[in-house]
Amino acid sequence: MQEITTYLAPRSLNEAAQAMAAGDVTVFCGGTDLAPQTESGARQHSACLMNIRRIEGLGGIEEKDGDIRIGALTTVSEIRRHPLIARVAPILAEAAEHFASDQIRNVASIGGNICNASPAGDMINPLLVLDAAVELASWADGAVQKRSVPLENFFTSPRRTVKRAEELLTTVVFRKPAADFVGRFRKSGPRPALEISTVSVGVGGNFSAGVLRNARVAFGSVAPTPLRARHVEVVLEGRRLDADVIGAALVAARDDARPIDDVRASAWYRSHLVEVFLEEALHHVRGN
Amino acid sequence: MSVEIEIRFTLNGRPVSARIGPTMKTLTLLREQFGLSGTKYACGEGECGACTIRVDGKTQNSCLMFAADCDGREIVTIEGLKTPAGMNPVQKAFVEHGAVQCGFCMPGMIMQADYLLGNNPQLTRQEAQRGLEGNLCRCTGYTKVLDAVESVARQKCCGQC
Repeated sequence: MQEITTYLAPRSLNEAAQAMAAGDVTVFCGGTDLAPQTESGARQHSACLMNIRRIEGLGGIEEKDGDIRIGALTTVSEIRRHPLIARVAPILAEAAEHFASDQIRNVASIGGNICNASPAGDMINPLLVLDAAVELASWADGAVQKRSVPLENFFTSPRRTVKRAEELLTTVVFRKPAADFVGRFRKSGPRPALEISTVSVGVGGNFSAGVLRNARVAFGSVAPTPLRARHVEVVLEGRRLDADVIGAALVAARDDARPIDDVRASAWYRSHLVEVFLEEALHHVRGN
Repeated sequence: MSVEIEIRFTLNGRPVSARIGPTMKTLTLLREQFGLSGTKYACGEGECGACTIRVDGKTQNSCLMFAADCDGREIVTIEGLKTPAGMNPVQKAFVEHGAVQCGFCMPGMIMQADYLLGNNPQLTRQEAQRGLEGNLCRCTGYTKVLDAVESVARQKCCGQC
């Protein structure tokens, strides 16, 4: 086991960013992913272990200049119960509602769920539907530098992202959806709680007079990364959401979902679930 | 040798301190350094809830919690639920309803039930069921657990029924 020579629990982003610039750091907040991964040997700690949970100003949810900004340390429980999220982005609360268990929701952070970069990460799917971006901070030229990356471009392969080792995810941002935005998230697993999604499907867009605009569809657990279902979106965009269009969307989903057989489900079953959930979600949107 | 960390926190109402390794989990700290063996090790990966404790008023799985993160916090274990008058109402209800079979999941079950009732004294059976989803009973004795939780909620509701 890797020897840990330094443990840090910084209070400020400056301290954290400087530590990450100085060398390889293993970062955690709630530890709900890091603890089992390191205990099982699937992942090793770096020589420096850093607890970012106490960094000030990195939590909380706010509306600013038409954006919804969620700090990386915000827990899944906070998202589940937050009045602003319930009002403007209930799809995110819906995903939080079906996330793990109370005990894990109370400590698991949104930033951690994204950086863990699992194809099954449940908070990622609705954030793709909301067209979110993530802000990454690093230390350079004597100050914290930030860059923003669309969440869709963040993931490269299972457990891998474009985030550089010295960068810390600080904020998740999305435009506040308009009043006619409708979203729906569905996930599947053999039991209701503590389930790693066999498949997740998120659908959203501006829906009025029977037509879906700015259609955004996301799939989880059907490819090496969570993804936007671009073929489905093209079929749906600007069209009247009738049975023919829904049927065409289900066919297009076969071009977006590239599932594999693994311990949780076969590729065939996953493809089937994608179609079932997509159909259900689209009917839900139409029913609104 | 990995670095040693000194932590100070409140454990069941008393200020305590400890020296720990950086990867130690809170469950190990509680059981092995403080001898509080009421909090149970079962799955060790956050799936079963047997190790549930309350940290700053919120429940979490102590098997997943880095012990270093206890520093400065207020931690309550099953041993800390007892009142000067004896068992707390949730503990009593579990006994009265025979909610215990082998008993191994009980400390976690009771910690989580106590947390749920603290947040929502008039918890419904459905809400209790959802709130206890992170607590597994391998004897599958859920019905009496829910009976017990529901009985506490009813007492808090009107005291009559």
